[in-house]
Amino acid sequence: MSDPKPHVTGLKERLYKRAKPLIVALWLSLLFFPFKGLKAALTLFVVFSLILISSKYLFGFWKISIEWFNALREKMGAPGLFSGRIPIIVRQILLLFILGLPFLFGDYFIDVAVLVGIYIILALGLNVVVGFAGLLNLGFVAFYAIGAYTYALLNTKAGISFWPALPFSVGLATVAGFLLAVPALRLKGDYLAIVTLGFGEITRLILNNWDSMTRGPNGISGIAPPVIMSLSFGKLSHYYYLVLVFVILSLFINKRVYLSRIGRAWVAIREDEIAASVMGINTTMYKLYAFAFGAFWAGLAGALFAGKMQFVSPESFTFMESVLILCMVILGGLGSIAGVILGAFILVLLPEILREVQLYRMLALGAGLVLLMIFRPQGLFGGKGVSLRS
Amino acid sequence: MFLQQLVNGLTLGSVYALIALGYSMVYGILELINFAHGEIYMLGAYLGIICLGFFTAIGLTAYNLPLALILTFILSIIVCAAYGFTIEKIAYKPLRNAPRLSPLISAIGMSIFLQNYVMLTQGATDKVFPHFFGAAGVQFLSVRMTYLQIFIIFISIILMIGLRLFIRKTRMGKAMRAVAQDKTMASLVGINIDTVISLTFIIGSGLAAVAGLMVAMYYGLVNYFIGYIAGIKAFTAAVLGGIGSIRGAMFGGILLGLVESLGGSYISSEYKDAYAFILLIIVLIVKPGGLFGKAELEKV
Repeated sequence: MSDPKPHVTGLKERLYKRAKPLIVALWLSLLFFPFKGLKAALTLFVVFSLILISSKYLFGFWKISIEWFNALREKMGAPGLFSGRIPIIVRQILLLFILGLPFLFGDYFIDVAVLVGIYIILALGLNVVVGFAGLLNLGFVAFYAIGAYTYALLNTKAGISFWPALPFSVGLATVAGFLLAVPALRLKGDYLAIVTLGFGEITRLILNNWDSMTRGPNGISGIAPPVIMSLSFGKLSHYYYLVLVFVILSLFINKRVYLSRIGRAWVAIREDEIAASVMGINTTMYKLYAFAFGAFWAGLAGALFAGKMQFVSPESFTFMESVLILCMVILGGLGSIAGVILGAFILVLLPEILREVQLYRMLALGAGLVLLMIFRPQGLFGGKGVSLRS
Repeated sequence: MFLQQLVNGLTLGSVYALIALGYSMVYGILELINFAHGEIYMLGAYLGIICLGFFTAIGLTAYNLPLALILTFILSIIVCAAYGFTIEKIAYKPLRNAPRLSPLISAIGMSIFLQNYVMLTQGATDKVFPHFFGAAGVQFLSVRMTYLQIFIIFISIILMIGLRLFIRKTRMGKAMRAVAQDKTMASLVGINIDTVISLTFIIGSGLAAVAGLMVAMYYGLVNYFIGYIAGIKAFTAAVLGGIGSIRGAMFGGILLGLVESLGGSYISSEYKDAYAFILLIIVLIVKPGGLFGKAELEKV
């Protein structure tokens, strides 16, 4: 006869188990106390205890809803979250919506949409490096800055317009990616991350201090927007279509490259570098490609950014920006192109929606990153096949 | 001029070394770049201001200044150690067996969180650290050393020697070395891994708190983003000396401090922050294991 509850625990242990949420809440509010005083700490204690006590039930609810969701998905025959084919009618509506957005909404919405587009290109670029090839790049914003500043300088100093300047922006960023990669790729994992971070910081410091060239922290203003056959893209709705074209182009190219021989080599390197090199992949070469290809998109995004804002300053290219782009890639799911788009959407739109509580948005971003890593490290979209190696 | 910069560099370097020790110890055991470590240093500086403000309010600083300072140090160390302990439990422990990228990103998240946490609770403006030591000091030939500088270097050296003795001589230190070498094996011979890791974070955070307090005294100003740049520099120092090596962290820190203060005065002060990174990139390319580190062999 087996007891249904075999582990009879002592009173002390049971008491501890009951009181654990309270102890944790007390501990956290004690830590909070010196920074804001007694009243705030007490409030925090109450809030934390309520959250922690109810979390048991919340998690139960969460599990049930996930099971329910999975069952629904299986019924529909879709293998993963959103990865099944979206019904055609939904797609057509979506397409119409994207094409007609400037006619439906005001300038503010178009502005946000343009920003989303630029970030999608950026995040797709970083996705190549981090998601496909599995190399953590914490200084990605440097290439973005190089692209933006190249266009800004060429335009304001030499009077070159957007289209002739674009190859320079993109080319210079790509070359910078190449140059960084040559020494950096001798390093592994964390070291690579920290060297790329250093590169990003050095770039920002140069932009900030080279007054005669970049005008330092004041930035460069008066950058001309792109023009095609006397049609200026200075107007937001026009710019929206320009960015849209580039987003579609980058989506298409990224998808094709991912499915090509190069893309497969990247994934092989990400999954197991030694095995990949044994299979005859020149790992250094392909890693170089990944860095340069990622930087290429960052350069493009940078030029588009400079053309849109008509102003650049070092403030737009801080480490936080790198982290934000990384978040977009991770949030959606490393290596998943659809996920990257979703990530860019969420992280650009959230701050706009949460304008009232803007002060708290970085706080939430930090906490969100920690929670995401703990509860869903593969990201919202991440497939099962993607492992997070570095 | 040169000697003066040497003294300044030594002061700065010993502070970097203290922070770098925390990075190095954590990396030695968990192979994790603890991005939040710089924020602990920042918390230490803020706690110093908060504690001293409190002691001034109750009149302890006027009554007995050294006692107030000692209490401030002790309180900051305790609270920072508690923060370090909690951060490990929340952000790293659940990810101990996760792929390498996950805890790193979690650490970045924690760092952003702590920065904004302090900004929201303490305000975004510079905080002034009360001046106690003044500019008094000793003059030696053309070199001036303020008492504060002597104090900083002295305390740093004492702490480093203490840490070295702790790791070399005590039972717990032995356990730490064992865990750093091989976690699985260490747990098989009966070492409680969780305790060792917690202790590592507590010691590292305590050292960072001391560093934060001393820098706040030295510069007199504290802001919520000082942790980021100091953390990066201290990490650079740790890598310079060979990450995972305690001795390396000390030398790396002092070397970095010297490079920064000499480079700042002889080359260009605007790029002061960039020297650390340039040095780091050069060292990693020339000698990836760092000055005192061993080249890592990759196990297949």
